[in-house]
Amino acid sequence: MAKKTLNIVESAYRAVMEEQDDTILWLLAAMAGAGADHTVVLRGNAVNYAVAGQGGPGLTVGEWKQTQAPKMDRDVLDLIEKRKIPVYVIADDLAERGIEEGDLVPGVEMLSRTALGGLFADYALVNHW
Amino acid sequence: MSRKTLTIALMDPPYESENLTTAFRILDVAARRGYDINVFAYEGASGLAFARQTPHPNPVHGKDLAEENHPTTKDQVAALLAEAEKNGGKVDWVNCGMCVDERGVNEFVPGTRRGSPADFHTSVEASDNVLVIPTK
Repeated sequence: MAKKTLNIVESAYRAVMEEQDDTILWLLAAMAGAGADHTVVLRGNAVNYAVAGQGGPGLTVGEWKQTQAPKMDRDVLDLIEKRKIPVYVIADDLAERGIEEGDLVPGVEMLSRTALGGLFADYALVNHW
Repeated sequence: MSRKTLTIALMDPPYESENLTTAFRILDVAARRGYDINVFAYEGASGLAFARQTPHPNPVHGKDLAEENHPTTKDQVAALLAEAEKNGGKVDWVNCGMCVDERGVNEFVPGTRRGSPADFHTSVEASDNVLVIPTK
């Protein structure tokens, strides 16, 4: 049986335009296909990944145009619905940024900062990205 | 009004930060305005113009090679050079020689060249303005 792994994703919007996704969410989705047992906690600036309806235009350089700009809310939904990976968001970090729970994609679970430590005991590994 | 000259130093490697997206947005505007542009691609940024970058499909997104249309920075560099030329400007894109050697990224997009910190110095002296976007 796969080791239960808690992934705390804090680094946000790092090269998402160039990669057209977040490298860690992508990695976890890919590993799910290989049988990994992952859970995600979005904290810090990464809580914004769960905000519904986001996504900017692609990059344009001269005649070159990006056609598949990233959509982070789509990728969070993909984790929850298709990969069956639980996704938590730190409620305190949402509040600090003025983001309401109702702004988030469906299926995201709320978690307080103080409760995060207690979650560790349920997992064999904790990865902080 | 005389043509403006802008020098930009970049340090981040491709596919690792948003800094380069910001840089390419600025460079794109400068090229559309016909500025003369000097780029000093230092450290990780020396890989931006590496010619052997290859787009890939994205099986996680369920997209094949064409659907994913994955960006490569070498294509962005080439597009920048073409846009500048179209608008009467020019781009002197300098790849730091020692940086490309230690990374093994010696094959460049045509129109870019190998250089040294001395080229950066020369560019700075000849520019109306200089923007440094360092690695943090």
